[in-house]
Amino acid sequence: MQEEQKERRDFIGMALGATALVGIGGGLGFAAKRTWDPLPSVKAAGFTTVDLSVAKPNELIVEKWRGKPIFILKKTAEMEANDRDVVIGSDRFHISIGLCTHLGCIPAYKKDDHEFFCACHGGRFNASGINEPGLPPPSPLEIPPFKIAGTELILGEAGPEYKKMLDAGLTV
Amino acid sequence: MRELKIFAVVAFFSLLTYYLVEPYAHHEMHKKVDANGNEIIIKSHGFTYDGTDDIAEAERKGDAALVTKKKAFWSDVATVSKMTGNAAAGEAVFANCMACHNGANINMGGVIPPNLDHAGAIYDKNYLIALIKDPAMASNVDHKYADTSTHPMGSIKFTVSDNQQIADVVAYMQEHKAGEVTPKEAFTEACVRCHAVRYTKTTQIGETPKFKYKKDELAHEIKVIEEQDKVKAYMGNLPPDLSMMIRARGAHYLETFIENPQGQLPGTSMPRVGLNAEGYEKVKAYLSEAGDPSKKAREELGPWVIGFFIFFTILAFFWKKSMWRDLH
Amino acid sequence: MAHFEKANNLNEWLDQRIGLNTLKRVLNTEYWIPKDINFLWVMGMVLAATFGILVISGIFLLMYYKPDTNLAFDSVNYTIMSEVGYGWLWRHIHGVGASIVFLIIYIHMFTGIYYSSYKKGRELIWLSGMGLFVAFSAEAFSGYMLPWGQMSYWAGMVITNLFSGGSLEAYALVEWIRGDYVPGDAYLTRFFMLHVFLIPLVIIGLIVLHFGTLRLPHVNNQEGADIDYEEAAALYKAGKKKESKVIPFSPVFLSKDIFVMGVYFILFFYLVFYHFDFAMDPVNFDPANGLKTPAHIYPEWYFLWSYEILRPFSKDVGLIAFAISQVALFALPFIDRSPNVAPAHKRGLFQIWFWALLVIMITLTALGKLPPTDPLFAAMGLVFAVLFLLMGPALFIITMFEKKLEKGA
Repeated sequence: MQEEQKERRDFIGMALGATALVGIGGGLGFAAKRTWDPLPSVKAAGFTTVDLSVAKPNELIVEKWRGKPIFILKKTAEMEANDRDVVIGSDRFHISIGLCTHLGCIPAYKKDDHEFFCACHGGRFNASGINEPGLPPPSPLEIPPFKIAGTELILGEAGPEYKKMLDAGLTV
Repeated sequence: MRELKIFAVVAFFSLLTYYLVEPYAHHEMHKKVDANGNEIIIKSHGFTYDGTDDIAEAERKGDAALVTKKKAFWSDVATVSKMTGNAAAGEAVFANCMACHNGANINMGGVIPPNLDHAGAIYDKNYLIALIKDPAMASNVDHKYADTSTHPMGSIKFTVSDNQQIADVVAYMQEHKAGEVTPKEAFTEACVRCHAVRYTKTTQIGETPKFKYKKDELAHEIKVIEEQDKVKAYMGNLPPDLSMMIRARGAHYLETFIENPQGQLPGTSMPRVGLNAEGYEKVKAYLSEAGDPSKKAREELGPWVIGFFIFFTILAFFWKKSMWRDLH
Repeated sequence: MAHFEKANNLNEWLDQRIGLNTLKRVLNTEYWIPKDINFLWVMGMVLAATFGILVISGIFLLMYYKPDTNLAFDSVNYTIMSEVGYGWLWRHIHGVGASIVFLIIYIHMFTGIYYSSYKKGRELIWLSGMGLFVAFSAEAFSGYMLPWGQMSYWAGMVITNLFSGGSLEAYALVEWIRGDYVPGDAYLTRFFMLHVFLIPLVIIGLIVLHFGTLRLPHVNNQEGADIDYEEAAALYKAGKKKESKVIPFSPVFLSKDIFVMGVYFILFFYLVFYHFDFAMDPVNFDPANGLKTPAHIYPEWYFLWSYEILRPFSKDVGLIAFAISQVALFALPFIDRSPNVAPAHKRGLFQIWFWALLVIMITLTALGKLPPTDPLFAAMGLVFAVLFLLMGPALFIITMFEKKLEKGA
């Protein structure tokens, strides 16, 4: 009898503890998570439009999108074509997020060598953004979601060309 | 039950204090009294306009001439209101209005003439009639003008003066300038020429676009300041930004203030804008979205949180009972 | 060095290093609380919980608030209230919590007065508690500045002007406090620092002291009975729970605590979701404007009684009366000359004094918000301010002649 009562009492106590833990802890955790989510105004600012008709061959344009540098390089006729190129009419463009895939420094474009060189740990990428094997960067420069509208490039919106590259595993 | 008795005492004094510092104190603070010390009760009358407020105000001022004038004006309005308007004939008259109300967003005589695209839907019929007859009298700001023809829209008194014409043009607006109105459209047409709402990026000249270059942004800002200066010169003060107005004033104040600004703020230069009930609901919806967008989330989450604590308390009650059972 | 053996579990490992079992015993299972109590004894824990809620909601607000006169208002009313996920919830909890915490403080204080819990060895409990009241007042005032609305600005203006000391005209001191001629950027950032760092630190220190002062004199009980704790504890431990006059803090007292807290939270969240206007004055949703005073300015409800003591007098007299009212309550244990520790209903005239004090303070609170332009309210304000000031001497006289109660009566 005594034992039974004690058990029941312990059960209520534990149920109360569990309720408090799940309810208060869970609620607080969920609300805390939502509080740290990027704000709507941050998300709304995630679109940038760039006019590609003004680009000159072998001259790197750097645009800012979601706070990150975006490389836009109009390829010359001699430069090697790649599936990662964005083709508009007869022009080919290399478009990528200008952050080294090693640890996120911004590589510099070497105009004469047609390659990107990252000063932080010596990584190299060719004009198509492919990393040179044996050096620190583990993968090619990432391609940002983009959409082509005429000669305009809309960054932040996934168009059919981008989806194709994504499906082909050319970027993550 | 001693504990319950103690609780009753605590609750009594807490609620008494609450009553004294909130409902009672606020009532005493905002009370309006007339010359004889009688309280003036300001009530909404469903966003219809027949001059009752205006005549009562004139009577309180003890100005017999003004009382006669207001009575005559609003009885004229009632006469026109009973006439049958011909929308087809009204279209030609409306062409007069388009000379200024053309959506060009250009300041004329102090303010930008409002767009009339939904005038028939958001404004009261009587008010529209009154406005065409005499804009200053209709908006209850005639005290600002020695001669109401000097009101920026005063010339309408001479261009559209025939009662049948007025009935026709109002009929035209109610038939062709109506339709579905969004809260944003209603607010823009009724309020935006004077009031900015920075939380929705709206200024006196409309919604602020996004600029890529700082230079364009500053040029736009200067345009806004220039317009604000004109409005300020005309109104005496820059009308306030309405971003947080829904929480700064509350529903009752806004309702009665919009119906008749003079009632809540005697002498204000804000004109009555003549919204009907539907127009007011849209404007209120817009202001709520700008100043209190979390209202819905708040009301949805409330029952869950409170429900959780009720459950928690019931469990706690049984735990307490079991812990205290063998103590007494 | 102490001798350490291999621990068999985490509990043992911790016990060897920080004396976990001793801590548990001293703070929980053998921290003895009298059995003869009612729910008012739980208000201290309710206050601690409310302080916790204020700290948590404050941390979330702190991550988006911007202490800058150009940005503060919109960072609160736009960013936090409409952009941040559950930002509105944190703000409503913080606003309602800041107001309700004072209701509980007042209930806690009046409980202490009613049951004479500030006497005979319990003076420091009262003094540290009053210290907490002052610290909470400073915390509330500095927090009220942060949204930088009309009420923030004008409250800042008026309260800092008090430091000019009336005819002393110490305007240099006022300007030093503000760091400006009027409340401005420097003022806002220093009050921000006080609100989020220095004062909370002081409050936490005082809470520890307040708990510490309870330890030796023990918590009072409903009859003010002098309990032999060792004897009572021994009885309890021997299983004679019915005969013992005490219960352990954990889990027995705690179970009552948690039940009362549950009821409190139901009320608290009802206010947060459906009835927050009393704690978030609509006038403060107008941005600060140094060229336009609102038609009616008044402090938050918990400061009204002391504000009303300032109002009916001329500037200098008002300031002196105000200063006396602020320190008078501290002196309570020393003004009360009675030898008795007993509830007010057993202390003769003291009972009348107690209810009179409550009624006077509530009346002053109400008058503090009523327009002083009304001659009736102005006259009442003067009468009740004088009455309040007379309550101190009255207590001294009443308690001097109070008869000593028989033990066990």
